[in-house]
Amino acid sequence: MLNPNGAGEPVSAAIPVELFEPLQGERQRDFIARPSIGYWQHVWLRFKHNRIAMVALVVVASLVLFAVAGPWLWRVDPAAQSIGSRSLGPTLQRKAEVVSWRPWMFSAAAYQQSMADPAVDVVVADANTEFVRLWWRGVEGAVRYEVYRSIGGDLASDATGLPLEDIEAESVPRLEDRLDLRQRDYTYIIHAVDERDQVLQRYSQTVSPSLAIAIMDAQLEGLVPVHMAVGDIEGTGLVLPAHPLGTDHLGRDILARLMYGGRVSLFIGVAAPLFYVLFGALYGGIAGFLGGRTDDVMMRMADFIVALPFLLFMILFRVLFDVQPGESGISAMLVAMIVLGWPSTARLVRGQVLQLKELAFVNAAQILGARPLYIILTHMLPNVMGVLLVSLTFAIPSAIFTEAFLSFIGLGVAPPAPSWGSMCNDGIRTMLSHPHELMFPAVAISLAVLAFNLLGDALRDAFDIREGVTDG
Amino acid sequence: MATEPPSLNTLLATDSESFFVLSHVMEGLAQYGANNELVPAIASRWEIDESGATFWLRPDARWSDGEPVTAEQFVYAWRQAVDPKTGAPYASILYPVKNARAINTGKLPSEQLGVKALDRHTLQVSFEQPCPYFLGLTAFATYYPLRADVVERYGARFAAEADTMVYTGPFKLEQWVHGSSMRLVRNPEYWDVSSVALKKINIPFMTTSAAAVLNLYKDGAIAYANLDAETLREAVVEGYPVRRFRNGTIFFIEFNFREARATRNADLRKAMQLVFDSATLVNKVIAVPGNRPLYSLFPSTVRGVDGPFYREYPAKPLAQDLVLARKHLERARLAMGGQVPPLTFLVSETPVSVIIGEYLQNLFKQSLGLDIRLDKQIFKQRIARMQSGDFDMVLAGWGPDFDDAITYGDLFASWNENNRGRYQNARYDHWVEVARQSSDQTERMNAMAQLQRIMQEDIGILPLFEGASVYLQHPELRGVRRAIFGGDPNYKHARLEKAE
Amino acid sequence: MPLMRYISGRLVSGVFTIWFIATATFFVMHWVPGDPLSDEKAVSPEIRKNLEARYGLDKSLGTQYWIYITSMARGDFGISYTQKNRSVNDIIAMHFPVSAMLGALAVLFATVGGILWGAVAARYRNRWPDGAIMFAVILTVSVPSFVFAALSQHLIIKLNQLLGFSLLPVAGWGGFRNMLVPALVLGLGTMAYLTRLMRASTLEVAGSEYIKTARAKGLSSLQIFRHHEFRNAVLPLITVLGPAIAAITTGGFVVELIFTIPGLGRYFVAAVQQLDYTVIMGTTVFYGAFLVLMVLLVDIIYGLVDPRIRLQGKGAGVRA
Repeated sequence: MLNPNGAGEPVSAAIPVELFEPLQGERQRDFIARPSIGYWQHVWLRFKHNRIAMVALVVVASLVLFAVAGPWLWRVDPAAQSIGSRSLGPTLQRKAEVVSWRPWMFSAAAYQQSMADPAVDVVVADANTEFVRLWWRGVEGAVRYEVYRSIGGDLASDATGLPLEDIEAESVPRLEDRLDLRQRDYTYIIHAVDERDQVLQRYSQTVSPSLAIAIMDAQLEGLVPVHMAVGDIEGTGLVLPAHPLGTDHLGRDILARLMYGGRVSLFIGVAAPLFYVLFGALYGGIAGFLGGRTDDVMMRMADFIVALPFLLFMILFRVLFDVQPGESGISAMLVAMIVLGWPSTARLVRGQVLQLKELAFVNAAQILGARPLYIILTHMLPNVMGVLLVSLTFAIPSAIFTEAFLSFIGLGVAPPAPSWGSMCNDGIRTMLSHPHELMFPAVAISLAVLAFNLLGDALRDAFDIREGVTDG
Repeated sequence: MATEPPSLNTLLATDSESFFVLSHVMEGLAQYGANNELVPAIASRWEIDESGATFWLRPDARWSDGEPVTAEQFVYAWRQAVDPKTGAPYASILYPVKNARAINTGKLPSEQLGVKALDRHTLQVSFEQPCPYFLGLTAFATYYPLRADVVERYGARFAAEADTMVYTGPFKLEQWVHGSSMRLVRNPEYWDVSSVALKKINIPFMTTSAAAVLNLYKDGAIAYANLDAETLREAVVEGYPVRRFRNGTIFFIEFNFREARATRNADLRKAMQLVFDSATLVNKVIAVPGNRPLYSLFPSTVRGVDGPFYREYPAKPLAQDLVLARKHLERARLAMGGQVPPLTFLVSETPVSVIIGEYLQNLFKQSLGLDIRLDKQIFKQRIARMQSGDFDMVLAGWGPDFDDAITYGDLFASWNENNRGRYQNARYDHWVEVARQSSDQTERMNAMAQLQRIMQEDIGILPLFEGASVYLQHPELRGVRRAIFGGDPNYKHARLEKAE
Repeated sequence: MPLMRYISGRLVSGVFTIWFIATATFFVMHWVPGDPLSDEKAVSPEIRKNLEARYGLDKSLGTQYWIYITSMARGDFGISYTQKNRSVNDIIAMHFPVSAMLGALAVLFATVGGILWGAVAARYRNRWPDGAIMFAVILTVSVPSFVFAALSQHLIIKLNQLLGFSLLPVAGWGGFRNMLVPALVLGLGTMAYLTRLMRASTLEVAGSEYIKTARAKGLSSLQIFRHHEFRNAVLPLITVLGPAIAAITTGGFVVELIFTIPGLGRYFVAAVQQLDYTVIMGTTVFYGAFLVLMVLLVDIIYGLVDPRIRLQGKGAGVRA
């Protein structure tokens, strides 16, 4: 097959026209053929018939829709924090009581009274997710009480847990705990310790704090009006909003952040690789095709670019683009990634072109007088499409993660703006205790990468001209 | 240890890793005891008055190669430290010594330094001006002695390898594999060697990844591991005995007082102070036990006259008031012509400061509608911006250099290089001078209380919290001293005991 | 000797490439805000001036550049700013071999794995082994390497706890046991890439006429694979291998950090953050030279593997 694309092309003029005789009618009779289709039509036809490709296309489209149109449906500010609801898994609406923290006022008489029953050693004065207050029976000879807290109700007899506070022995031994309280069971362990660090007595008390929200937090989140008197609000109940995918470590809604983050990640993830792979392909193609000294100089240029320290140049581009604090600098990032990213594709394509150049059909085309550009477009491009698409699909996740790394060190999106990569970076720290903070953005990235890979595969197959036309 | 110490040259070291190693292998005139109090070291006794100090060195103090420690070696070290040719970053800590500043700026030769060896074991120091906290300074690395013969023999390679330096401390460096580990062994020539129990300490250079450190602890590869919020949770789940220690570091927002900065406006700063709650930050955002709410520029570790400073001179805790805050903001807005401009908030890229930065950004937006631009910068870029004043607010921290409240107090004096916001207040400067020069501890502490009051009223800084480290220590390892000053932790009196 | 002439021509142009790299990096580095002498605790202007004089920063940029380039030509990269009394030459000499060893093992894993999995996937195209391998590939690229590093550490701990003794170290540097897991993690991304590439190019080769001819001649599929498909399919892999080797050797920073391996990658990233001028310059130039050599090596190998390609340099065609 000399001319796979079927379109007319100049045939060598070396053969005198007189030698050609028009073919007469008889061949027309048994002409059995499909309508002539061009190369690009052919590609589309094959692509359309690939079921996996269509599924991938739908996934990509839905991801784009999710990122672009999602925020109109789920109207939650991705930057708004509810510090009382941090690191929640997926939750529905919850009822909470409004409380107000004040310094603990207590009377010795009330303490004495509560200790009247000799069977009671520890009394829980308050237990909500804003503060837990305990007091306990003093121990003769103790100089201080070490208070520990552990999660759950049942404990081994020697277990301690989180060391909360060392409390000096006073007339009313007591503890106020406000540290990172959640709605679950805690067990407080109190060790009465003497001067020689010997444990004289061990108390333990299980507490189940009720869900509460501080007035200030409720005001800030717009759940109660600011000008209402504290006395009128305190003790009332209110409904905390639902979080279908949970919240992150600062109590921000993960669904809203995924939607907004998708805009940045999909844009960077697609735009940067597309540009630098295209540029790299063109560059490598020209270098390989022209060969000789031009090739040499061009490839040394590529080596030069590869060896430049990316981080340093990233900082430079931000200076050049005059990225102000608080601005995302996505364009600077994009340019840096394009300028420094293309050489690997260029090398790949150059290698392929060098190889193709020696093949018979290219020689034939050259002999037939085809122009270089024509040869590149019709013979070379379809043949390097396979490796090109592979390198493109691999550039997508690496671009997304480069963005994440840059955001991590302050050279990417500006907080509080999210991106999938930076959400992963945040999530990795809490991977073990709150896996959902890593899982959701990671799933989003994987889905996008998977879809683009399958799409790339399908395109590769569709572009592959050397296989049968009818197998679609 | 998180990274490798960049330098063990006592004159060039500036970081906590170097100080940690140096505090084990070197000893100065005085050192810190079990409760972070100053105790005799190379000097067995001393006399300090308004004009100067005299130190009597132990005759039995020796270097690790058997040479005696002499007063001349201190004189040599101190002269080197202030010599402009050395370029010692911590030269200014010697400025209380007579002529130190003039020598360091090249106005006098280093022989003019106010220190001399009366004989082999007597060192006499004269002061530039009275310095009641001088003893605390002598425990600092820049004040350690140096051997002229060793320094000159190795030149640029001095203290770059284990075998290019000599030691006065309880341990000596046996092996230093760059990028990997150090091994300390007991120094048999140390004058107090009988009280050193550990024969050997292996110090691998770790990662900054707390998860990896915890993994090594789990695997039994290390006996000591620092924790962060996440690894703390895991350690508690695993049932490890978690310990905590308040290390005297304070964290605060420094406001920029340079010309044309919105943060010069007192009403704006007042509005921010009125909506911020240190307890919420400590309990909900940082959520690691041991950290304390902070309302002052002095942490709870600072000593007062007889007891802790924070007990003797408690700072006023601050209550939140959203309505009042908005009134102040309104006044600030009018003063600025109807609009508060966006404020740049400079933070480092470490996870904890970013979390705090994002929390405050949202807090000031939700409560006051302020537009805070978080400027997240890697180390050097952040420092550059701090120095050039390219910020409105900066998240800053401070760890003490020596055991006196003045190490915090003079931070915001108008002449201090570390006063990055260029806060200027004549009354503040006055009380700093009183605290620096008075030899009466009560008068000095009263002056510190004034500094605390002025800072809270004037809101030169917004104190955020007092830091703590949470860590795991192998149950058989006992007697490790957590140090607020000098290298931390200290293993001098550490020992191994089998668990019962 | 045309080959020798080709190599020497390339080496000369390599020197120019390195000089370009050095110059570009030098000026960008000085252009970027911040300076290597600043520190958390500020120093007085007097002490600063002393420090600047010590490092020669008080001279004009042009003078500094001239001093730097001339001493670089003598092979002296200067003294580090942060590692105050170590020369950059020492740092490279001590830490590059570590990175290189780890990198070599990682490249070995990546290449062997990539070729193997890629060939298997292509052979069973659109059947379950292909699907499984491609799924694993996508999983590998969509999860960042630090997650793999952290996960593998957890697995090692669990394994050690299960066995009751320390079979594999969790982290640190020493023998071959220390290298195994980090190298695997480090090579994983490249392995995935090479697998995809190998699969694609094997399929491409499989469709070509000479394979059909070989099949028509009655050669067994294994023979075809060994003699025809493999050699041709491996070609595109070799092209990316040069930069990939450099990237793996220089980019092991995350893995080095998590496994506490004293490689050069950690020093380099720290140096950029600390603006340690001499270390940035030294490592960049060194890596640049390394890259130029690797690319040259790969081009020569390329010529050896594919007789159709001519190495062209200085007009003389070489058939290697």
